[in-house]
Amino acid sequence: MSIAITARDLARRFGAKWAVAGIDLDVPRAQIYGFLGPNGSGKSTTIRMLCGLLVPTRGTVTVLGHSVPRDSEILRRKLGYMTQRFSLWDDLTVHENLEFVSRVYGLDRATRRERIADRVRRYDLESISKQRAGTLSGGQRQRLALGAATLHEPELLLLDEPTSAVDPQSRRDFWENLFALVARGTTILVSTHYMDEAERCHRLAILDDGRIAAEGEPKRLARDIDATVIEIGDADFDAARRALAGVSEVRSIAQLGNRLRVLLPREVSDPVGLLRSALAAGNAGATVERVGASLEDVFVAATRLGAPAAPERAA
Amino acid sequence: MMWLDRLLAVAAKEVRQLSRDRITMGLIVGIPTIQLLLFGYAINFDVRGVSAAVLDQSRTSLSRRLVGDLGATQVLGQIRQARTDRELRELMKGGEANIAIIVAPDLERRIADGNRAAVQIVVDGSQPALENVAAGLASMPLLRRAGAEPSARAVEIQVAYNPEKRTAVQIVPALCGVILTMTMVIFTASAIVRERERGNLELLITTPVSSAELMAGKLLPYVAIGLIQTTLIISLGYFLFGVPVEGRLLDLYLGALLFIAASLSLGLLISTIAKTQFQAMQMSIVTMLPSILMSGFMFPFEGMPKAAQWIAQVLPLTHFNEIIRGIVLRGAALSDMRTEVAKLVTFLVVMLVVSTLRFRKRLD
Repeated sequence: MSIAITARDLARRFGAKWAVAGIDLDVPRAQIYGFLGPNGSGKSTTIRMLCGLLVPTRGTVTVLGHSVPRDSEILRRKLGYMTQRFSLWDDLTVHENLEFVSRVYGLDRATRRERIADRVRRYDLESISKQRAGTLSGGQRQRLALGAATLHEPELLLLDEPTSAVDPQSRRDFWENLFALVARGTTILVSTHYMDEAERCHRLAILDDGRIAAEGEPKRLARDIDATVIEIGDADFDAARRALAGVSEVRSIAQLGNRLRVLLPREVSDPVGLLRSALAAGNAGATVERVGASLEDVFVAATRLGAPAAPERAA
Repeated sequence: MMWLDRLLAVAAKEVRQLSRDRITMGLIVGIPTIQLLLFGYAINFDVRGVSAAVLDQSRTSLSRRLVGDLGATQVLGQIRQARTDRELRELMKGGEANIAIIVAPDLERRIADGNRAAVQIVVDGSQPALENVAAGLASMPLLRRAGAEPSARAVEIQVAYNPEKRTAVQIVPALCGVILTMTMVIFTASAIVRERERGNLELLITTPVSSAELMAGKLLPYVAIGLIQTTLIISLGYFLFGVPVEGRLLDLYLGALLFIAASLSLGLLISTIAKTQFQAMQMSIVTMLPSILMSGFMFPFEGMPKAAQWIAQVLPLTHFNEIIRGIVLRGAALSDMRTEVAKLVTFLVVMLVVSTLRFRKRLD
């Protein structure tokens, strides 16, 4: 498996705060690699360091065989970047935006015409090509931004929370487009805070407070979760919550409709029995059942209980 | 010529965006026109017809001739006669007289002595321009020297290059620099900051466009705008106020081009410091006020304290005022003013170097 991005001990400090506190990354080629994490977990900072926008405080990065930030200029032609915020020009039309970006990438006239026509068709921009970008809907802007970011046919696409302002149908379509790009050999690194999007990635890194809390294929992450997941149903939820609050092993409780989802450490030998007796003692009469972990459970386990806090490497 | 194509792409985009911004387009023509009309018609540094009061305590033929001579200068308008000192003060206090002239009772003896003032001029200090008038009157030979026979020729003041002493002739060339400062600095500073504010810059710096191409591409349209404004001001000055251009037009445009470049480079530097368009605007104003006040546009350069003169030396407008006054009024060539040109070039180079260094840092 060929590798598109390698990072070792990558870290970046802003003032006294470490936004990224030393991460290792290996992103395989022609796959979608996801960054899942809450706001402020270091997703954007990492992406900006990978494309040479920010200089790392510490660590090494190799992108498509080039060292970053040393070779950032060479990489500009091989790399496409979609910012979190829409960053094309509101007062230019869809077509003018595409035209400008392709000129800035130095494409000749014939290539420009051909590529723009192709992107307009592929990303369904025909009907709005004469419309100013400022008047577009969230989904339309997304398609335009993706079209613009792929005009120079980059080998690697970096997408920073591309779907945060987009409706669910547009998000689905957007991901279809991403898979089409991957099928043609493009490597995509995408950050998100949506679980459903994270589940669609080939591989995933869960970021928390500047560190990678868990990494791997989404399915495998759920299977290998370092926690036991218990679902409680048919309960008097107030009583159940009170009863569970007294159980020191319980790491997290979340309500999903008429069920409570409880995470416990894997070491607990009889988690079902433990919770059952606690609930019975609290007169919260309920069904207790062990279930498989979802990606959200992985996320909660990784970010909240996590591994014991890693020693501070940065000084 | 990949870099040229990228530079032109940036310039073309800028022009397209500008052409869609109707208010800015309006300002490009509106600022020079309005300023020129305002300054040209409203501001008048010439002082004529100042109301005066005379207290003639001497009442001799000499004192009457003296008062008559003062009236003949046209600087003083209506001259009221006061009978007592008290009456004179009342006239001043009521604003009916802005200048009071007190002739001593023993006028002839004082003139003969030569060491005591024979005539006292009292000025209303609330009106700054009047002090100059008083100084002018005091310097008339009649009042200064003993026994000299007053004659009409003795009070004549010769003014070179602007024989009619018309304010418009002084104002129009200098206004050209002031207007260019206002528009060039603000336009460029906010044009670049706008891209940062709206997030466009984050996309641009991940593309192969270099910071030099980006800057040059963005500034190019504003150079053209600056030249259009120069043309507008000089032609309005010529047709409305009859201000001729004595020197060569080519020199005028080369000088203007250099000054436009210097102003743009200042705007560029501001854009690397300001984070929002609002900040950019305020910083532009901070640099603009001293330019207008200290460059010799409003007040004569020579009259300023030494420290202020040093600051004025740093301002590009000071040097451009010299250059354009030289070309427009004195018919000088650009080559006659090498020092001023060199100072402008130095300013431009320093600003460009500092901005480029700062802009690179910002990519970080």
